[in-house]
Amino acid sequence: MSAGDPLTLYDAVLSSRLLLGTARYPSPAILAEAIKASGCEVVTVSLRREAGGSRAGESFWRLIRDLGVRVLPNTAGCRTAKEAIATAQMAREVFGTNWIKLEVIGEEDTLQPDVFGLVEAARALSDEDFRVFPYTTDDLVVAERLLDAGCRVLMPWAAPIGSGRGINNAFGLRALRAHFPGVPLIVDAGLGAPSHAAAVMELGYDAALLNTAVALAGDPVSMARAFALSVEAGRKGYLARPMTPRDFAEPSTPVIGHAFDESA
Amino acid sequence: MQISVNGLTREVEAQTLALLIEELGYGTQTVATALNHEFVRSKDRSDTKLREGDAVEILTPRQGG
Repeated sequence: MSAGDPLTLYDAVLSSRLLLGTARYPSPAILAEAIKASGCEVVTVSLRREAGGSRAGESFWRLIRDLGVRVLPNTAGCRTAKEAIATAQMAREVFGTNWIKLEVIGEEDTLQPDVFGLVEAARALSDEDFRVFPYTTDDLVVAERLLDAGCRVLMPWAAPIGSGRGINNAFGLRALRAHFPGVPLIVDAGLGAPSHAAAVMELGYDAALLNTAVALAGDPVSMARAFALSVEAGRKGYLARPMTPRDFAEPSTPVIGHAFDESA
Repeated sequence: MQISVNGLTREVEAQTLALLIEELGYGTQTVATALNHEFVRSKDRSDTKLREGDAVEILTPRQGG
């Protein structure tokens, strides 16, 4: 992304509008190469149980630190505000950041956010000086409550996590963009192909966060680069203001003066 | 004393959270801790006493989406 179009998320000014997850890659080496190929500056991470002496977590954390990217810890798997708050507090200590991707899951099949628990946790964490990135739906009222709770960034889903379906409700995402013109909006979850990322950026979204679409691609490193390019293309397209679609054809070549024109 | 560590019931000798981390072999690993669903700061582990039936969580950095 050009230096003239920075993205501000809380205290950070970023040049890339792609955020990447770090899970489900074929190997740590491919994960590292994919992050480099994407040019992203923010990656999501988590905390998980580990037996003493295993050191898997330590080795992963060293790999991420060596890449020099900013981390956005998540509260994935939390089912209540209380669990999410405790997980965020633990993440702040371990990762040394007050950024938190807040997830409170309310439904197993769709991994849909429990928006009531989400708002409750967002308020508690904002009061503790966290910078909350809430994983939410495209519901306008919930978005308003999250902003009231102290969130300065919103992360609505495009489709259920890991589904790769692309935008399920373009109207909802468009409405959210229109209602909150000054709030950084990041589409988080459900993107499967680079064209999906371009589409959300063309709607005026500020950034895209994805994981599975890159990690489970046949060639994750190439796919990471493809997403970076599509995010940039979509952003540039949005800024360039696309033409208004029409219902009928309109010749692009001048009609007047063509050969055999008998109307002249 | 019997407590739960990361969801598994265990018999442990440690009387504090700091000693438990040592006893279970975490050594100098970067870990985060919670006791009975409440976060316990690293600097408070030595003063955090364990009791029969406590539930301890010991977490480390991991890949995430």
